[in-house]
Parts: sequence; structure tokens; C-alpha cells
Amino acid sequence: MVTGKPRRAGAGARGQGEAAAPGGKARRVTVTSPRTAAARRPRHPLTREIDEQTRLGEVYMGSLVRTQFRLALFVCTVMACVVGGLPLLFLLAPELREAQVFGLPLPWVVLAGLIYPALVVGAWLYVRQAERNERDFAELMERR
Amino acid sequence: MSQIAAVVLVMLATVLVGAFGIRMSRTTSDFYVASRTVSPLWNASAIGGEYLSAASFLGIAGLILTFGADMLWLPVGWTGGYLVLLVLVSAPLRRSGAYTLPDFAEARLESMAVRRLSSVLVVLIGWLYLMPQFQSAGLVFRTITGAPPWAGSLLVAAVVATNVLSGGMRSITFVQAFQYWLKLTALAVPLAFMLVAWWSDGTPGLAPGDEWALPLHGREHPVYETYSLIIATFLGTMGLPHVLVRFYTNPDGRAARRTTLIVLTLLGAFYVMPAVYGYLGHVYGMPESDTVVLALPGHLVGGPVGDFLTALVTAGAFAAFLSTSSGLTVSVAGVIAQDILRGGVRAFRVATVLAVLVPLALAGAARSLPVATVVGLAFAVAASSFCPLLVLGIWWRRLTTAGAMAGLLAGGGLACVAVVVTITGGPHTGWAGSLLAQPAAWTVPVSFTVMVVVSLLTPSRVPRGVARTMVRLHTPETLNVDRGDWRPRFM
Repeated sequence: MVTGKPRRAGAGARGQGEAAAPGGKARRVTVTSPRTAAARRPRHPLTREIDEQTRLGEVYMGSLVRTQFRLALFVCTVMACVVGGLPLLFLLAPELREAQVFGLPLPWVVLAGLIYPALVVGAWLYVRQAERNERDFAELMERR
Repeated sequence: MSQIAAVVLVMLATVLVGAFGIRMSRTTSDFYVASRTVSPLWNASAIGGEYLSAASFLGIAGLILTFGADMLWLPVGWTGGYLVLLVLVSAPLRRSGAYTLPDFAEARLESMAVRRLSSVLVVLIGWLYLMPQFQSAGLVFRTITGAPPWAGSLLVAAVVATNVLSGGMRSITFVQAFQYWLKLTALAVPLAFMLVAWWSDGTPGLAPGDEWALPLHGREHPVYETYSLIIATFLGTMGLPHVLVRFYTNPDGRAARRTTLIVLTLLGAFYVMPAVYGYLGHVYGMPESDTVVLALPGHLVGGPVGDFLTALVTAGAFAAFLSTSSGLTVSVAGVIAQDILRGGVRAFRVATVLAVLVPLALAGAARSLPVATVVGLAFAVAASSFCPLLVLGIWWRRLTTAGAMAGLLAGGGLACVAVVVTITGGPHTGWAGSLLAQPAAWTVPVSFTVMVVVSLLTPSRVPRGVARTMVRLHTPETLNVDRGDWRPRFM
């Protein structure tokens, strides 16, 4: 029973080639029974999977990039709704253009005041979450 | 007279603070990146100092006074652009190790052709940004001394060239950080005095039914132009050559994010003020021009205090000319030296002179538009070229060399054509005029679409090392992984 063979072929077929390159370091080929948990647990840190660009490494990298991209996309979407929504709001509800807050025109209060702290708060929340995502990823990689 | 003294003082201070850095810049890499020993607050102040140009300091208030509430989007976009930059670009860009946009293009796409095209675009954007700074310097110099406009342009250009040639990047970082706080003070202190004066005048407001303060008003196609302005400013920030360089001086990706957060705070604090200047300018019936910021304190306060405030605000304006021009000159000169000349400190010096002379000549030759309008066009070109390159390059594995080339050519090319037509032949009227004056709303989608479609059509030209590059861009520095061996070339 050679469980190593298909994985190796998989790694080579993607064309990145470094892991399966001829003359490179020989890859792990498990010939023991895969039924025991001990046999299946990798004996090296997961970062090696990334270095060698195995399918597992690709899955981990893909998940990190996807998590960060979703977060970025979420922030951008919220911002686009607020920023893109304001002119639309002024277009569809003309009475808002002339509304007054504390004796100042409402569009001015929003565009020359309130929007700046909102941007800073959004950025702060993003930085916190992005750093948390990276910490989680680093812990996952170094667990064993 | 006190205004002239203020200008001389700012120039001297800039040169002296710059000279302080000379001792520290000895090697070529010092010239370029300040040896990466800059702390986040210094770095953020430097980004702010570099970013707040004459367009921010003088131009926004002038445009708000002229066109009213729709122009409030300009400072909002110039701040919000950093939020887009933060979430999509900042950390991966720092981790890429790229020092310039062409470096990033080369690292990600492994292609010298894309690198060269990026270099050309960086130089074009840089010159387009420098030209109105010099024009504006000439205008301000004329209002305070009566000298012809070219004299002020030449003076600022000379100080910038001297400073860049003598100190290099390290001194620029100090100068820029200093300039941010100077500009903030120069706008805030007169504003405080003016608000007191406004208060004691019985807080005069707008006349009832004054349409000036209403959004979506006063231009031919206000809805289109507002959205196009938003797209250009929010997406263009990440593609500005002098902003990107600063990210390299962060020690790692995490610091790059934190720096961006501080920048956003610093800019928000600054950009509240031009709107108030514009508002007061309208209430007190000031003439519509880029110099309203300089004229307003004297008009409201008067006496020796008014003279002092006018001098302070003039000093701030010159700080704005010097800081942005210095940063842009370093970036443009770096690209010219590295990609067009042969490299080395000597080439950098020749490139610096070139980087300053061409926009100086353009400033004399081109039609004089409001400074913030021309800078807005530079943002549109950056948004149509480098924004798609960075966003797709960082987040999309299937971007190909051919796709990147086609997108840069299509988006950047169309935006450049619109800019040239607007600057040389304008003002145009009707839909054509609006589409040309605010091109981002159509050139940015064109650029993204072309990049994606051409990439999908040329799947064989995905860079070979893309997997390794993705590891490099996205994994936190604490992890010990193989990030490849690409390094920017410091000539």
C-alpha cells in the first residue's frame, strides 16, 4: 500500500514543480498502514507544507488569503454603501439637502465632519480583525 | 513683509532639517529608504506631510468656495483612499519588499515589460502632480511679492532639488514629518482666531435659499461628476508613487497597517479645516480663487494679529509646496535613475534634475487650472492604472503578464488622453466635457475589465512563481516560511 504516490503526482501536476523536481530532496513516501492515527500525523511543522507547495500547503494558504480578502471586501462594501449612498440619498430625497443641524446644513455636517471619525473607526476595527486573523493562522501553523 | 519673512523661514528650516539628515545618508540604500529605521508615528507624520500638497492646503478651500458642497467629496476621498489602501494593499505591499510600483510589478509578474510600463506611468503621474504644485507656488509668490509667476515656481523647484540632492530619503523623512505638523498648525491657529471673529460678528450664516451650500448643484452633470470624483480619489490614493515608497520604511506588514491607521487619523484631523475656510470664505463674500486661504485670516482678524496669521498660513502653503514636491521628486527620480538611466548615486542626481525640470517647464506652458483639479486628474490616472494592478496582483492568482500590460495600457492610456485633452484644450462642455474632466468612472472599470478578461484568455502566462509570491505577500512575518529570494535592486 503506497499512499505517498498519488500525493506526489498531484504536487507535480500543478506545474510549480519545486517539491517534485527531479534531483530535489526525496519526498515522504508512507508505506505503513494508514489506519493508525500516528501514521497519518505529519512529523514536521505545517510551514513545510507551504514551503514545499503541497496540496495541503496550498489549502492553508488559500484559506488565509480568502479570510483576509473577505474581511477587506466586507469593509469596502460597507464603505461603498455609505459613501456611494450619500449622493444617492441627496438625489432621491432633496429635502435632506436643505435640512439643518445645529444651524448648519446637514450635508456639511456629514461630509465635513462626521465622516472622518467614521473612517478612522472603520480602519481601527479592520486592523484589529486582520491582526487576529494572522495570529490565528500563525497559531495553526505552529501548533505541532 | 512678514509673509516674505515666513517664506524665507520655511525654506531655511527645510534646508536645515534636511542637512541634519546628510550625516546619516552614506550608502545608496540610505539615499532610497532611510535604512528602514523610522517609527510608525514618524512614518505616518511623514506620509501626511508628503501627502498634504498645495491642493489640500489651498486648493480644496478654493474649489469649495467656487463650486459649493459637491467639492466636500474631495477631502473625503483623499482621506478615504487610505482606508481602501489599508484594507486591500498596505500589509501585502510591505511584505512584497517592493520599494516602488515598478518593483512590485516586477516582483509579482516577473516581467521586465510590465516593469518598464509601470515606470513610464509613475513618471507621468509624478509630473502631472508636480506641475500644479509649481504653478500654485508661482501664484502664491506673485500675490505676496508681485514677482512674475515663474519666479515662485523656480524658487520652490530649486529648494526641492537642493534638498533631495543633498539629503536623500532620510532627511526627507524628517522634513516631511516636520512639515505635517507645521501645516496642521498653520491652518488650525488662524482658524481658531477666525472662528472667534465670526462668533463676535454674531455668527453670520448663509442667506436663506442660498443654493451654494446644496450638494448636486452648480455643474452640468453633478451626479456623474460626484461619483467619478469619489472613484478617482478613493481608488487613486494607492497608486501614487510618493505614498508607496513610505511603506517600505515600515519594519513589517503589521507596522504598515498601523502606520496607515495613524495616517488616516492625521488626515481626518487636517481635512476638516479646508471646508470651514471655504464656508467662511463664502459667508464673508471672498473672491473665488485658490488664494482664499491666504486672504481670509487678514480679512477677518486684521491688525498685527491678522498679519501674523497671514504669515503663518503662507508658511504653511510653502511647506505644502516643498513637502509634496520633494516626495514626488524622490520617487520620480528614483524610477528614472533605476529604470531609464544606469543606476547609482550619480544617475540619481541627474534624474533629480530631470524630475524637477520637466514639470517646471510644463507649469510655465500649460493652461492654469485650479490646483486641486489637476491633482484630481493625477488621482484618476493612478486609479485607472495602478489600482487594478495592485488589487488584482495581490488578491488574484490568475493575473497574467499579458493581462497586466493590457489593463495598464487601456486604463492608464485612456485616462492620460482624457487628462491631456482637458488640460490643453478645455474647458469642454456637455457630456464630453464631464467625461473628460472626471474620467475615472469609465476608465477604472475599463482597466479592471481588460486586465481580468485578457488574463483569463492567456492562462499560460501566469507567472511561474505566483504561489511563492502569494506566500510572501500574505503570511505574517512571525512565521518561518520560504518567501522566495526576490529583492528590489538598489542599483
